[in-house]
Amino acid sequence: MAKDSKVVLEAKGITKKFPGVLANDNINFDLREGEIHALLGENGAGKSTLMNILYGLYHPESGEVIVDGNQMQLNSSRDAIHHGIGMVHQHFMLIPVFTVTENIMLGAETDHRAVPNEIPLVKLDRKEVAQKVSDLSHQYGLDVDPEAIVGDLPVGIQQRVEIVKALYRKANILILDEPTAVLTPQEAEDLFRIMHDLTAKGVSIIFITHKLKEVLAVADRITVMRAGRVVGTTTPKESNEQKLASMMVGREVILTVQKKPAEPAEEILRVEDLRVRDVRGLEAVRGVSFSVYAGEVLGIAGVQGNGQTELAEALTGLRHIESGHFTLAGNDLTNKAPRLVTETGLAHIPEDRQRHGLVLSYTITDNMVLCDYYRPPFGKRGVIQQKELDANARKLIKEYDVRTPSPFVAAGKLSGGNQQKVIVARELSRPVKLVIASQPTRGLDVGSIEYIHKEIVAMRDRGVAVLLVSAELDEILSLSDRIAVMYRGEIVDTVNVKETTREQLGLRMAGVHEPA
Amino acid sequence: MDWKRFGFIFLIIVVLFGVVVLVGQVKSPPIVIITSMLATTIAVATPLTLGALSGVFCERAGVVNIGIEGMMLSSAFFGWLAAIYMFHIFNFGVGISITVGALFAMVAGALMALLLAVLSITYKVDQIIGGTVINILAVGLTGFLNRQLFFGSGSVFGGNVPNSPGVLPTIHIPIREIFSPLCGDAASCLQVVTSINKVFDQKPIAISAILLVFIAHYVLFNTRWGLRTRAVGEHPKAADTVGINVIKMRYANVLIGGALAGLAGAYFTIESVPSFEPLLTNGRGFISLAAMIFGNWTPIGSWTAALVFGASQALNINIQIFRDVIPPQWAFLQQSYVVGLIPYILTMIILTGIIGRTTPPAADGVPYEK
Repeated sequence: MAKDSKVVLEAKGITKKFPGVLANDNINFDLREGEIHALLGENGAGKSTLMNILYGLYHPESGEVIVDGNQMQLNSSRDAIHHGIGMVHQHFMLIPVFTVTENIMLGAETDHRAVPNEIPLVKLDRKEVAQKVSDLSHQYGLDVDPEAIVGDLPVGIQQRVEIVKALYRKANILILDEPTAVLTPQEAEDLFRIMHDLTAKGVSIIFITHKLKEVLAVADRITVMRAGRVVGTTTPKESNEQKLASMMVGREVILTVQKKPAEPAEEILRVEDLRVRDVRGLEAVRGVSFSVYAGEVLGIAGVQGNGQTELAEALTGLRHIESGHFTLAGNDLTNKAPRLVTETGLAHIPEDRQRHGLVLSYTITDNMVLCDYYRPPFGKRGVIQQKELDANARKLIKEYDVRTPSPFVAAGKLSGGNQQKVIVARELSRPVKLVIASQPTRGLDVGSIEYIHKEIVAMRDRGVAVLLVSAELDEILSLSDRIAVMYRGEIVDTVNVKETTREQLGLRMAGVHEPA
Repeated sequence: MDWKRFGFIFLIIVVLFGVVVLVGQVKSPPIVIITSMLATTIAVATPLTLGALSGVFCERAGVVNIGIEGMMLSSAFFGWLAAIYMFHIFNFGVGISITVGALFAMVAGALMALLLAVLSITYKVDQIIGGTVINILAVGLTGFLNRQLFFGSGSVFGGNVPNSPGVLPTIHIPIREIFSPLCGDAASCLQVVTSINKVFDQKPIAISAILLVFIAHYVLFNTRWGLRTRAVGEHPKAADTVGINVIKMRYANVLIGGALAGLAGAYFTIESVPSFEPLLTNGRGFISLAAMIFGNWTPIGSWTAALVFGASQALNINIQIFRDVIPPQWAFLQQSYVVGLIPYILTMIILTGIIGRTTPPAADGVPYEK
């Protein structure tokens, strides 16, 4: 990237308000031809809002967007596409039951860019589009099969389909929203190679992320956002992880988790040859066996969708176990009711905190006793003891630093970080033997992540067994004492954290047995 | 549609036809019975086919339509009413009156669908509730207007239900005329040709229903409109990001669905019998819905499923012809409520998913919010 190459996209003084939030406050941002410009920031910093404005999905209160030197009125995504802007959303905008070709041609069936005044009943020319798709994929080194059904493709390939979809619409500006969130480290490496290939061919890329390592590895320039404002723009050469983290959060951040060596004691959880089916009835967990000991953290690493969710659900009594069994502190709890599992000593921080962790319409007070409401001191002879509930809530809100105006606020009104703190408070304040934490920090800000990591380590040090399920390799590496890698429903490897590397784990997660 | 399901459909039809052939063989040769059964099956499957197509268009676009029954009922009434007005009040001829009646039925169906669209797309009301509103409204509205207009003193037609201008004529397809010379003087050959011709001699709505099945198939799977419709029903947000107007697509498809249900309604009062009675659709809107589900939300699949229900109704009708020759052990078949149960029992079997699971469009029933 040449420093003096021309500016292809510029946002000037963008301001966007949502009820109660100033999502973008006088943002200035520019993208030069053939560069990778990273936009770094925490959740809620306003990155996605800005990108949705550039892609025509939101309309700013003030400010202007300039594409190739002309001021643009972007009223819809159709306008953005027309001006050569393509976006790859974090949650792919692909239709699983359609073929690759159908997904790519959708909205631009007869023309590379959707044109107005179309004839609705025009016949689809799948062959011609398939040919163009395969030409494009060869040209940019993005290998995709035009005839494949998208739902059958791995996530990494689906992402390529999204990129080809943008290129098919002749995009020369590509917005990638958190593109690595769903990828294995190897797939991410592949993506970075593709990004460099694309920029070499004149495509300019906006790369949105909250991962510091990636930004430093691939970006030409880095713009950091915090609380709706641009904090500054820098380059990888002039910066490092610590500096970027401070810019993102606005204070010094401890990036590594401080912890003593583990002192594993007796076996708490024992899982033997467990087999579990997923919602579609397919075998998701295929004969998994492992143990977790008191005073250690066992991390389950793996790309999402390799059976971790089903494993956690089976161990918490939420999903039927087809065969095999598991014991908690010596009690066989295979296919036992969740209440019995909980009473035996399980704390569960579920993957989907809004659906499985909280009753969003209930108050914080009520959410704090979801596991215990029926027994003393909270329930006596079937009657709820409101005074006890109130006292409990006040105590836990203080202890676990839940930021809320009152204990009677509905859980749904809290921020993600505070919702998670309510769950953590409820689960970890009980006398438990095992903690199962699934994706405990997904979507949280750096401050909340720090806090929750600290609490998990504290549980371990108190002699509780911890089973941590996470798709974030960094989280697995910094919290776990031992790591089990799940791939296609099996545990393919169990290693001590000190005897492994990021790269090794990444290969195992991708199903490679021996390091290449 | 997989082969397992087509096989099941074929088996049921063979069994139903077989029963009538066995019972009636002393009176008529099998070829006559089979062709007569086929003709009836196609005719009575017409409203089910159109109803299922109505469901296909709505649900492929992401709007659950359990209001097909209500749309059929109200369009049956309003189509019939329009024909009577055209004939008796405005003094038009029979042909124009019933044609206008049929068109008016489609408009009435589309208007009921518009109500469903406003409720479920714009106001994001639960679509099951929206459809139920349509069903209840149709029963109330048609019953009330029927009474107000035709019965009691002071009603528009002075307490006499006027004669309807009639029903749509059968369109004769000259198979007999073309092929009978090949038979020479062979009587059995002539009988076969004449019988086969009966299958093809259908009325206009029945014929258009079959044509519409294939048109709908082509539109849904081979045109831009179809690709966008299915996209909007599977993943509306994805459609939105490539510049497709989700709301407009959903409205348009629900209105198309309504017009198709309207044509189904016209079958009852414009094509089948020239009269209206309250609740005459008698649950056939819901059976259409079952046919659509069994057909896995495809036009051709839904049609074949509708034919099964048509065949069981045809059994019900044809068995009456052989009342006097029926063997005593089959006598229970004469009880119309015994045979009348078949479509409902089949519906329940089909919906259990024993004959293979079906997959609705992913965003079926989910309102779209930006």
